[in-house]
Formats: sequence, structure tokens, C-alpha cells
Amino acid sequence: MTRTTRLVLFGIAAAGFGVVLAYGLAGLPAFGDYQGVYGHVIDGIGVTERHATDLVTAINFDIRGFDTLGEEFILFGSVLGVVLILRQMRGEHDRPRQHEADEHTFAGASEALRALSLAVIPAILAIGIYIVVHGQLTPGGGFQGGVILAAGPLVVFLAGRYLRMRLVAPETLVEIGEAAGALGYALVGLSGLVLAGVFFKNFLPLGISGHLLSGGQLDVASTAVGLEVSGAFLVAFSEFLDQAIVVSGSPRS
Amino acid sequence: MTILQIAALAAVAVGGGAVVAAGDPLRQTLVLSIYGMALTMLFFVFQAPDVALSEIVVSTVGLPVMILLALRKVRQHERAQKERDEQ
Amino acid sequence: MTFLPYAIAAWLFLVGLYGIVSSRNLIRAILSLTVVQSATYVVLLGVGYSKGAQAPIFADIPQTSKAVDPVVQVLVLTDVVIEATVTAMLLALAVQAYKRFGSLDPQDLRAIQD
Repeated sequence: MTRTTRLVLFGIAAAGFGVVLAYGLAGLPAFGDYQGVYGHVIDGIGVTERHATDLVTAINFDIRGFDTLGEEFILFGSVLGVVLILRQMRGEHDRPRQHEADEHTFAGASEALRALSLAVIPAILAIGIYIVVHGQLTPGGGFQGGVILAAGPLVVFLAGRYLRMRLVAPETLVEIGEAAGALGYALVGLSGLVLAGVFFKNFLPLGISGHLLSGGQLDVASTAVGLEVSGAFLVAFSEFLDQAIVVSGSPRS
Repeated sequence: MTILQIAALAAVAVGGGAVVAAGDPLRQTLVLSIYGMALTMLFFVFQAPDVALSEIVVSTVGLPVMILLALRKVRQHERAQKERDEQ
Repeated sequence: MTFLPYAIAAWLFLVGLYGIVSSRNLIRAILSLTVVQSATYVVLLGVGYSKGAQAPIFADIPQTSKAVDPVVQVLVLTDVVIEATVTAMLLALAVQAYKRFGSLDPQDLRAIQD
């Protein structure tokens, strides 16, 4: 089917869909007039129930921890997909490594960029770990902190060379870290099953709300998810960097 | 609805149109990053700081890196193919 | 005015869908998919918002103050990070398709004939 036929068909379908969508969205309560039940319930009892002040993280890793298990494995699966799709095929080979003196920084980065990147790396790592660990107190948690932590080795790549990044974040270590994070999160749920009778029930002592070690399993779950998310993003970055820098040739059918 | 919320919604609407209307993928990546920042502002004025934090780290660090690397690979492959055809 | 967020969400969805259908380049289609995904975020957060309420973080406000719904925020938060990895997988597919077929145009892709 030609492009114009496709666009005309899309126009008709989108018009019908738009009408139905508008009708459906008009049936929602007005913006700002919240009519659900769970929000008020959790806001009212969340802090006293779980001794955590950030209710979003408490729901994410404790009250609805089962959903996060599923989502975490979606992440694991899609990064596995990236690795499998970009595997080495027949007809492709690695470009020969240039001489150490010739191999310049990526795209000829200037000295200013390298100096600034070196200064920024410890700040990135510190902020990432802070956000992962303080998930139950202030906005943060495993997901956000994990992506920030994945940016650290990437800045090493900007500041130095691709080989340096490989030294800082070697492939095996990153993959083991990611798998350990996924396993750790599942173990938290299983420990709830084994030690407290219910899958994902909070079995660690809850502590005082507002302190660092509060919320019971929120710390542990947050760290496991942070490890997994940072590992997953680093694996994806390494695969794409491999493709862009090292691999060359065309796959033969 | 406060003025900030209306402004953020307008920015998001314009940004969404801009991402679709941008020319080549390289330009579109940059517009996507700015669209991510507009979304972050929107999430923030909707009183959702966790979501805003997550959106800003993903749309400035996570996504553009992978898109730019994919584009580089495509361009490099194009150039290598052209060289091979010329020989 | 009270239906503005939902109207914007519908606009984003349709614009993103148009971008996917009308793009001549696989990577442009993937980036338009991101716009479609963000429409769902706007709807979810719009549903959870309540007028005059604050963020559900009780670190420095009294526990009895009015707060927005935290459950929808959880859904959107995990979704944002996970859609980034799904987009990575789509980009990997696009790169591999380019290497095999030599073009990123969706109309040039054929079934693999091994």
C-alpha cells in the first residue's frame, strides 16, 4: 500500500478514535477533583504503618512490591533482548585496536571537557548513592538512583577513552551486578514469604520514621533495584558503544 | 488550575508537536531532550517529585546516549558501504 | 479548563501516532513512540491530582495535610525507566535491520529469507 493510502486510512481511523477518546476522557471527574479511595487511605496511614516518609517508595517496594518485581523483570528482559539482538553475526569482526598513542578521545574531545568530566564523576557517584539509599525519606529510590549511577562510567568514557571505561565497568562485573540486583529483589520477597508468611511482607524491624534505617525492607529493596537498574543501563550503553566503535562489517545472510 | 500548570501543559503540547515535526533524527534527539525537561516541569507542578526526578534522569542521560550511538553506527555503516562501492 | 490535561494527553497521543505512521525513518518512528508513551503519563498524573494538595512526602509537613494520590505516581515512575530500556531494544532492532537491509525506511524492509 502506498504512503498516501496509508495516511488517508490513518486519518479516518484517527478521527474515529479521537471522537471515542474525547467521549471517554470527558467522563472522567474534573481535574483536581480526586474521587478515588486508596489515595486518601494510604496518605492517612502510610507513615504510621511503614515508618517511611516517602510514600511513593513505600508503595513501590513494600505495599505494591509485587508489581515492581514484574516491572524489574521487564527491564531485565529488554536488556537481555538488546544483548541478544546485537550479538556478533557471521561477517562481522572487531576493528583492529589502534596504537595506544594514536587512539584519541571519543570524537576528539577537548582538554576542558576531559578536566570537567573528571571533576564531575565523584559528584555523580555520590549523588547516585545518596538518592538510592535515601529513597524512603525523600524523593528518590532505586530506579532514579540507578540511572544516575549508570551515568558515572559514561562520564569516564567522555573524559578518557573507551578502553578506560571498559576498565572501570568491565563487562562481566556489570552483568553480574545486574543479575545480583534482580536476584536480590526477588530474595527480599521470598524472605517475606519464608520469615513472615506473606510474599513481600515487611519482615525487617521498621525503625523510627525520618531516620536512615527506617522502613524495614525498603533500604534493601531500594539498593537491589538500584544495582539492577544501573547494571542494566550500563550493559545497554556498552552494547551500543561496542556497535558504534568496535564492530565493523556487514552480517552475511 | 494554577498558571504554572497551564503553562507547563502548553509547553508539553508544543514540545510533543515539535518532536514529531523535527527534521532528521539527530535534531529530533535534541528536541526530545528538551521535551523531557518540559515533562519534568509538568510532573513537578502536578506535585509528583519522584516522577519528575525519574523523567529528568532518563531523558537527559538514558535515552539520548543510546539514540546518538545508534545514529552514529548507521552513519558509519553508510560511509563504509560507500567506500566499498567505490572500490 | 478543568479538562485541559486530558485534552493535552489526547493531542499528544494522536500526534505521536501520526508521527509513527508517517515517518520514513525507523528511528523517527521510535522517537514518536516516546511521545505516545508520555500521553499516558499525563493522564495518570492528572487523575491522581487533587486541588490544593501537596506531594505525598511527609518528611517536613504534618502527617494530616492533604496529599495527592501516590499510587498513580508509582505506576508512572517505574514506567518511565522501563520504557527507556524498551526503546533501547527497539533501537537495537533498527540498527540490526539497517545492517542487513541497508536502509532505515520501513517500506524497504522485507522478510528475512535465509
